[in-house]
Amino acid sequence: MTLFKHELKAGCVSLIAWTASISALISVCIFIYPQMKNQMVDISKAFSDMGSFSSAFGMDKINFGDFMGYFSIECGNVLGLGGAFFAALLGITALSKEESGHTADFLLTHPISRLTVLLQKLTAGICQFVLLDAVVLSAIIICCAAVGEKPDMGLFMLIMMSYLIMQIDIFCICFGISAFIGNKSIGIGLGVAVSLYFLNLISNLTDKAEFLKFITPFSCTDCGYILENRCVNMKYLIVGIAVSVMLASVGALWYNNKDIS
Amino acid sequence: MNAVTVRNLSKYYGKSLGIKSVSFDVKEGDFFGFIGPNGAGKSTTIRILMGLISRSGGEAMLFGNDVSKNKSRLYSDIGYMPSEPLFYGNMRVGELLKLSARLRKADCDKEAKLLCERLKLDTSKRISQLSLGNRKKVSIVCAMQHNPKLYILDEPTSGLDPLMQHEFYSLLEEKNKVGATILLSSHVLIEVQKYCKNAAIIRNGSILVSDSIENLGHTEAKRVSLKCNSVFDESLYKCRSIKDFSKSGDCLSFLYKGSPNELISVLSALDVEDLSITEPDLDEVFMHYYSSDGSERKSL
Repeated sequence: MTLFKHELKAGCVSLIAWTASISALISVCIFIYPQMKNQMVDISKAFSDMGSFSSAFGMDKINFGDFMGYFSIECGNVLGLGGAFFAALLGITALSKEESGHTADFLLTHPISRLTVLLQKLTAGICQFVLLDAVVLSAIIICCAAVGEKPDMGLFMLIMMSYLIMQIDIFCICFGISAFIGNKSIGIGLGVAVSLYFLNLISNLTDKAEFLKFITPFSCTDCGYILENRCVNMKYLIVGIAVSVMLASVGALWYNNKDIS
Repeated sequence: MNAVTVRNLSKYYGKSLGIKSVSFDVKEGDFFGFIGPNGAGKSTTIRILMGLISRSGGEAMLFGNDVSKNKSRLYSDIGYMPSEPLFYGNMRVGELLKLSARLRKADCDKEAKLLCERLKLDTSKRISQLSLGNRKKVSIVCAMQHNPKLYILDEPTSGLDPLMQHEFYSLLEEKNKVGATILLSSHVLIEVQKYCKNAAIIRNGSILVSDSIENLGHTEAKRVSLKCNSVFDESLYKCRSIKDFSKSGDCLSFLYKGSPNELISVLSALDVEDLSITEPDLDEVFMHYYSSDGSERKSL
């Protein structure tokens, strides 16, 4: 577990910064809800008249006047985009930073197999998302209590869980890509996160693009579906996890035999 | 038993040749020098031995075990120093040494402290604040703190000041005396000649010769250096037994390969003030290999 602890320690500042930023933004969204509550009927009507734009963000299926509806759109976008960018950055640099920083010579000449390196880095990454979401969840609960809202905890946990899975999926995809690249990786990671986000928006616009939901992990964070069915859409969830595990495994296989430059 | 066995080892980077059919052995307890200029293939060979790059062909074994198998068991007894050591910049030296020890599942505090004192290494400094020389010292401590059975050192003294180089070699000699095997690559011949027992010379990815330092330096030719007051006879320049002739003021230096009587006869014609006849040093052997294809060694 030495490398696992080292990775957690090395990523500590970054984790605190991202967690604080996401928690702060979500807290602001929750704190302004009481002021916006009375205007929500008009806002919901305005969104329902915006056609494809509302569909793209999943706002056509959600009641904006309800706290859970408000939360899933406003807070969901902050947690979705923020979490996805953090996941992409963490995943894409997980292995490539050792090569671009020339620390792979130090790490890989110790009596530790590359497979162990991969598993401990992967576990440390996943652990960081659990920590991030746990802190964000605590912040949300405190903020809800402060503004006097009592959200449906079952739905609330489902939404949070779907975002955690989405973050881990993106982390695994970028982790897999990280095995193939040596440096200049951050741009690729952010590009992957943005592309997956926009694929989800496109897939919401038309039924013809529904197949894109199988490609992007954002599809399992469809809050409209979660609020309506009280569950995550399992077909997207399973395919998303399978694709992520497959990409991370391909990356791991490649890295196991890769020449370290 | 061989600590290192390399047999017909080859590495191609795409179509470009790294090393070709490299073979040499390093016996347990040996102090082995791996000599060659930049780009000759020293680091490629060492990186294959350390499992950082794969081989295109041949065998690479440490203590009789293939380097591609049982890596975690094999490398617990090896101390490695890369030619350009780089570490996690935000860590302090002490933290990095502890990380290295923990990755080896070893308690190295006592030995690390001793080494840091001898190398005058400040463990409270951040890695990002260190010069190349100090990073080399960190690398030395990482390679030595667990008292491995085999040291694989890639150009270990580059960047170290002469005092630290001396201290470093003292440490290596101490480790070697208690049975550790040392394989070091270098292009500083004087240190190889001074400390190593055996050496291999590599050029353009191929081993030219692998032998004891004594045999590498021992040739039929002798280096003759003399100071004389008389005007040099032209016949001296034309003598077929004399090579590599150089003159500086009253001083002459040349390689002589021939009958001792002929040399005495040639020198007797001169008013010699001072004379020394020595074995050619490793530098000359090395230069010979690098200025020709090596096949002419017998004529040196």
